[in-house]
Amino acid sequence: MRGGGQGRLMRGSDKHGIDFKLLIRVLRYIFPYWKLVAVAFTAMFVVTLGTLAGPYLIRLILDDGISQQNLALLRKFVLIYLAVQGLIWIARWTQVRTIATAGQNAIYNLRNELFVRLQELSMRRLNQEETGVLMSRVTSDVNVLQDLITWALTGTASDFLVLFGVVMVMLEMDAHLALIAFSVLPLMVVMTEIWRRYVQDAYRAVRKRNGELLGAIEEQISNVRVTQAFAREQYNLRDFRDRVNGGFLRANLHATRLGALFFSGVDFLALLAIALLVWFGGLDVLNKTISAGVLVAFVLYVDHFFNPIRDIAQRYNTLQSALAASERIFRLLDTPLEVVPPPHGLRLTPLQGDIRLEKVSFHYGDGAWVLQDVSFHVRPGETVAVVGHTGAGKTTIIRLLGRYYDVQRGRILIDGHDIRTIALPTLRRQMGVVLQENFLFRGSVMDNIRYGRLEATEKEVIAAAQHVGAHDFISRLPDGYNTDVEEGGARLSVGERQLIAFARALLADPRFLILDEATASIDTKTEQLIQRALAVLLQGRTAIVIAHRLSTITKADRILVLDQGRLVEEGTHDRLLARQGLYYRLYTLGFAKDRPATQPPKRHIKRPLNPPSTPSFPLG
Amino acid sequence: MKYLWRLLGYLRPHWAGVLLTDLALLVGTLLSLAVPWLIKRVIDIGLKGDIRALAVSAGAIITVGLLRFLVGYGQRYGGGWLAYMVSYDLRNEMLARVQSLSFSYHDQEQTGQIMSRMTSDITAMQRFFSGALLDSLNLVFLFTGVTLTMLKLDPILTFYALLPFPLLGVTAIHFGRRVRRLWKAAQERFGYLTAILQENLTGAQVVRAFVREHYEVEKFSKANQQFMDQRLKTIYTWASNFPFMSFIAALSSALVFWFGGAQAIAGRTTIGTVVAFNGYVMLLAMPVRRLGMIVNLYGEAMGIGERLFEILDQTSPVQEQVDAIELPRLQGHIRFEQVGFHYARTQEGKQPTEEVLSDINLDVPPGSIVALVGHTGSGKSSIVNLIPRFYDITAGRISIDGYDVRDVTLASLRRQIGVVMQNTQLFSESIAANIAYGRPDASLAEIQAAAQAAQADEFIRTMPQGYQTVVGPRGVTLSGGQRQRIAIARALLLDPRILILDDSTSSVDTQTEYKIQQALHQLMRGRTSFVIAHRLTTVKEADLIVVLRRGRIVQQGTHQALLAQGGYYKEIYDLQLRDQEETAAANATGRAS
Repeated sequence: MRGGGQGRLMRGSDKHGIDFKLLIRVLRYIFPYWKLVAVAFTAMFVVTLGTLAGPYLIRLILDDGISQQNLALLRKFVLIYLAVQGLIWIARWTQVRTIATAGQNAIYNLRNELFVRLQELSMRRLNQEETGVLMSRVTSDVNVLQDLITWALTGTASDFLVLFGVVMVMLEMDAHLALIAFSVLPLMVVMTEIWRRYVQDAYRAVRKRNGELLGAIEEQISNVRVTQAFAREQYNLRDFRDRVNGGFLRANLHATRLGALFFSGVDFLALLAIALLVWFGGLDVLNKTISAGVLVAFVLYVDHFFNPIRDIAQRYNTLQSALAASERIFRLLDTPLEVVPPPHGLRLTPLQGDIRLEKVSFHYGDGAWVLQDVSFHVRPGETVAVVGHTGAGKTTIIRLLGRYYDVQRGRILIDGHDIRTIALPTLRRQMGVVLQENFLFRGSVMDNIRYGRLEATEKEVIAAAQHVGAHDFISRLPDGYNTDVEEGGARLSVGERQLIAFARALLADPRFLILDEATASIDTKTEQLIQRALAVLLQGRTAIVIAHRLSTITKADRILVLDQGRLVEEGTHDRLLARQGLYYRLYTLGFAKDRPATQPPKRHIKRPLNPPSTPSFPLG
Repeated sequence: MKYLWRLLGYLRPHWAGVLLTDLALLVGTLLSLAVPWLIKRVIDIGLKGDIRALAVSAGAIITVGLLRFLVGYGQRYGGGWLAYMVSYDLRNEMLARVQSLSFSYHDQEQTGQIMSRMTSDITAMQRFFSGALLDSLNLVFLFTGVTLTMLKLDPILTFYALLPFPLLGVTAIHFGRRVRRLWKAAQERFGYLTAILQENLTGAQVVRAFVREHYEVEKFSKANQQFMDQRLKTIYTWASNFPFMSFIAALSSALVFWFGGAQAIAGRTTIGTVVAFNGYVMLLAMPVRRLGMIVNLYGEAMGIGERLFEILDQTSPVQEQVDAIELPRLQGHIRFEQVGFHYARTQEGKQPTEEVLSDINLDVPPGSIVALVGHTGSGKSSIVNLIPRFYDITAGRISIDGYDVRDVTLASLRRQIGVVMQNTQLFSESIAANIAYGRPDASLAEIQAAAQAAQADEFIRTMPQGYQTVVGPRGVTLSGGQRQRIAIARALLLDPRILILDDSTSSVDTQTEYKIQQALHQLMRGRTSFVIAHRLTTVKEADLIVVLRRGRIVQQGTHQALLAQGGYYKEIYDLQLRDQEETAAANATGRAS
């Protein structure tokens, strides 16, 4: 994880101090549940009052009951004490339930909102980020906020309330003694301030080291084969032990040391305050200015006084990390949308499948043009192959046609309408996209094919599978169509996944089809199946194929040759070969070294290659 | 229980720390007991007019405070230190174990599984050591101390004071058990929610292509709702138990005042005793309330211990012999004699004893190039994986320069074998460190020389920090072709006698491909090389082509000889390699016209 290519949505700053604007924005998620919050705060108020009443009642028990030898009064106060405790029990029950309900609902909404935003983000934005980083926005970051909203909020409020109440009650009971108890406060303030300053850095170091540790562990496990191949086990282990694991250990120990020092210090101050009370208060009792009960009550109040301070100091750190998390969350929510759907988009059903690019130029926001002045026209039902080097702009064309991005110059017309005026669902629903990596969702094979058209019947799904030649292998799976595929389709081969993706696309029955041909090696038999399936899929549809296989290219009605973002050649395979331009060079250059010195051509080039080749045409 | 003892064994190396921490805990408990007792003295003696007793008590409280500061620090820091040390040791041990396990283990286990053992499980273990273990000890000390002190002060009042505690303990344990079950269920639902999210993100393109955003949002918010409901259930359980437990503790105080007060009025006990009893009850109430949590943490620790030891107790099937020798600098003469291989019987999913390779006989003289040809699953990768002993053969013998690979140390064997596979795995370190992966002591000049030979120097120099540029996790910031060339440089720097490589170059442009081919040639020069061959050039240059079918060698010889022979090689050639020839032929025609 050292260095690491973290994207823009990732970085969260750990600022000192509290950003109140941020805090308010977080709190806004609870506003809809203000009634529950109001109940919670009322209950909290009752709890606080009850807590404060405790030592006071004990004082009454001691002074008016025991000291005055009044058994009836003693029993009365004890019963009141118990009643107050019962009230606290019920009030606290109410408080926890209401605030938790409000908080969880707020968190539920926030999580949903984040997920919706992730659906709206452009593919470019998604690809910039690591999946794990985006996931942690919706999972761990929201969880941190969840703790803030449900516990820290009422907790902190009640701490301040108790603190205020204790101070008031003590001053009320005996101002002189109260001031003596408060005399340790300056020390407390200084200690808290110092601690707060150091602990923030300490916890930040722990978080950073923790990230490093997780990254290192992941890397060590997933690259274990390389480690073994290079016999690096000992070296890596030493590095892990000393640098990564050791660093994490040292950071944690440092934070622990600070915590131990601070909290033991607070304990000491509490006892110091009690000792002062005992001495000065004791003298007051002897001088008869206060009763013994008051002194005992004061000693008890000191506990109630230091507890909230301890809590607040501890919670400060939670608050910090919660705010850092919320900053990252809001940055994701505030990411401007790159593709803005038209408010009243045209609903064109069915599309004819006529595609026209007019002087299209495009860059990915960095000013480096990926496509420049590209114009072409694909008529309904035509199959067009796009070829060119890596980085020539082939994939970008796919992205523009699906409107995953918007062009900066020129325009794209679908059936004569500017793509930006067509309702996105209309467009995408009638356009099938099959990519190199065929992602499958967890669930059955049936579900995965049905993803193309949710309302399709079982019969239709099977028919689609049969059409693309996937039926046979699916039937051989343990539970046929009901076999669960693991996430990403790990259990199926690349070829099988591709066939399922074809069935999925066929079921959707799109008007036009965009296909990024896979380059991965597939065994010959599956390869044949795929070629046949491809033919079925392309039938009667407008198709643009990013082609890697010679057979696909030669079968196309027309070939577009891209070079550095420009359309440089266009025509049929034979015509382009004859031109001896870029296409010709692409076609031959990669194999210059494979060229047999003397062998004459045995067959005409444009025979349908059967069976087709493994990835050998170098137009990757 | 077995696991618990074994876990506690991890404390043994830190026995001095354990001793000090426990001592601090014990002294701390005694000091806590002293405070209510001192207050009692103040009330019963000091306030009766004994100023000296008052001063002594106040002084004693300050002394207790200072001492408790010291032992409190020791107790808190010691507890943390032990927990972190144990988790540190556990992590090191885990990594060492994981690294020593052979490929067959890693083929079965998912990275995520081992990952969560090494991260969240160890963190939970840390919580157990720093929390539950000391808390339970503290509870024992405190309960004994408080009970004894109270008994000494007033046995009858002790009975009343402790009356509600059994109820408190039972409630705490019952609550702990219930909340644990609920919490587990909530975690499961959270796991489901995470899975949906992950799938949605990795399959984002498909979601968009089929306009399934609404469907996905519905799916997610349903999972989100389920998680929320379960979590609320957990919190509600907390709400109906924890405040109740506080009430029971307060009940104890009330009993003390009710009966103690009456006795004080009757003169059978003092006010100070009553106040002290209240202090002791409050002291005891908090840790008892945590009893449920402590019990849970013990249960959790045992479960986690079982999972951790499952990995730690794995033994690698590939073991060095006790008397394994250091392999001297090799010539590179490799022999396979009647080699058979199948995956371990324990492997789930796969047929247990299906032969992957059988009757493999090969004699490869030093410096020759062997091209392995065959369909997916024919056994090509298995053959090359056996040479560095990533797996152990199940029959026959593999020897290098006459040494059986099982008789030599793994490190000395593997250091002389360079491996370049199709998917290059890099580490998130600088490019220089990645190239020097096999030889961390290599100088920058050597690294650059290797990069030059691997055709990588040029693009590395254009990177922002040149050789010091740090590559992203798993090398994501580099293209496939760049990663592959770094892997070639990495192998070159090792200057191995034996080379294992996969010559496929998928999804790179023509020029890059050409460069990679050149780099591969450079790499193979003068070494015994085993190539999983996909390209015509490789098979043509090979000294020996080994044609594999279902784990057996069906043909071997040179390209020309095998073509002339016809048979399976000819078939494969027609299916896979001919195309490349055609292309070349087209080129020739083009030139001619």
